[in-house]
Amino acid sequence: MSSTNRTVVVTGIGATTPLGGDAASTWEGLVAGRSGVKALEQEWAAEQAVRIAAPVAVEPTEVIPRPQARRLDRSAQFALIAAKEAWADAGYTDKAGEGADVDPNRLGAVIASGIGGVTTLLDQYDVLKEKGVRRVSPHTVPMLMPNGPSANVGLLVGARAGVHTPVSACASGAEAIGYGIEMIRTGRADVVIAGGTEAAIHPLPIAAFGNMMAMSKNNDDPQGASRPYDMARDGFVLGEGAGVIVLESAEHAARRGARVYAEAVGQGISADGHDIVQPEPEGLGISHALQNLLDNTDLNPAEIVHVNAHATSTPAGDVAELKALRKVFGDDTDHFAVSGTKSMTGHLLGGAGGVESVATVLALYHRVAPPTINIDNIDPEAEANADVVRGEARKLPVEGRIAALNDSFGFGGHNVVLAFRTV
Amino acid sequence: MAATQEEIVAGLADIVNEIAGIPVEDVQLDKSFTDDLDVDSLSMVEVVVAAEERFDVKIPDDDVKDLKTVGDATNYILKHQG
Repeated sequence: MSSTNRTVVVTGIGATTPLGGDAASTWEGLVAGRSGVKALEQEWAAEQAVRIAAPVAVEPTEVIPRPQARRLDRSAQFALIAAKEAWADAGYTDKAGEGADVDPNRLGAVIASGIGGVTTLLDQYDVLKEKGVRRVSPHTVPMLMPNGPSANVGLLVGARAGVHTPVSACASGAEAIGYGIEMIRTGRADVVIAGGTEAAIHPLPIAAFGNMMAMSKNNDDPQGASRPYDMARDGFVLGEGAGVIVLESAEHAARRGARVYAEAVGQGISADGHDIVQPEPEGLGISHALQNLLDNTDLNPAEIVHVNAHATSTPAGDVAELKALRKVFGDDTDHFAVSGTKSMTGHLLGGAGGVESVATVLALYHRVAPPTINIDNIDPEAEANADVVRGEARKLPVEGRIAALNDSFGFGGHNVVLAFRTV
Repeated sequence: MAATQEEIVAGLADIVNEIAGIPVEDVQLDKSFTDDLDVDSLSMVEVVVAAEERFDVKIPDDDVKDLKTVGDATNYILKHQG
């Protein structure tokens, strides 16, 4: 059964995001250029320097029954919602081993988050302090452990080939999908459900990111605050949610007649080796990841027409990424329609790679690149290096094989680039 | 004022409903927490802590394993409530 270079395809997608409770409504919001950012109305927000965020459009407790929801961290709730959608979208109606057309020993789950069950940890610490030891929930450990979302999704689908949680801050979701692709390519699994999730809209992470000067303080204009590539960009806006895809070997998908959205071509990974939080300003680490992607796959730069950029709306990071694309791809960069979808969803941290992989796959499937909103005055360095899709969605070539990249980078200097293409 | 058997069963029914989502009318004296009411070992700890608070009673961990049914818990609370 084992082989080392099998073709991997995407057969299912699911999401719950600031733009919608599923992949379809999220995609609709992205193409329409809608912002999911809002003013934080919670009492605790009043004393924060940052008082905006992008909460999910549909509260998970509206979807998950209460007894189940109360024993899941919010990040696991998002992951389960997105995973259920992706699993059903792939045409699977049951768990592996209970009717679904997949061997549980050949099914994996790889769901990641950047921070894990941070709200559970902090809420239960409040319980400990205010109500005492006895009242701390016995569900605290399985709720806060960073592998909780992955383990819960694994249980949902009946995955026994391996359940993994790569953690690399804001690259986590992309690294999870890359890991899933490799599990199939190398023959460890035939099907992997993979993605990212994050739920960190809580006073402590917001205070901490705010004090790092990493977040936008544009409290007066929530919907205009996330503005990648704009001269006035002043940091990211925290978003929450999850994006999950079903990866499958091409032969497994063909055998059961599954609909194929796109091929998951592969990944390129590197580390900056530069600073714990600052991006390397010339994008050298990112270039290295892009070069690894080209070296490790049969991706043809001439076929790349779209990049879902990392583009968090921070002064340094946005441009470094575009310089790296130009450095590696040269004139081919001219035919990349570059989209910064965090302008609409905010930055979902470890969930970003999941949601943006869903967006990238749908961009290829529908042959449309979503816009980057809020660019009033484009940074000349961005304009010089890339063709940024501004204002409105743009049609991609209607014919021929096309490919797209999804970039994700994380604090710690982690760089992950995923490539997808039409089939 | 000490709770009656009826009040304790009703209170446990509310707690089990909150924790496991079981309809209150299904929570009867002869029902097993794990086999009939979908309360696993971790959730049983939650039921016990909620019952302690509601009925002003202490239920040491060593005694929890003897509380298999709603009737067991009701009798325990009747006997030990403050």
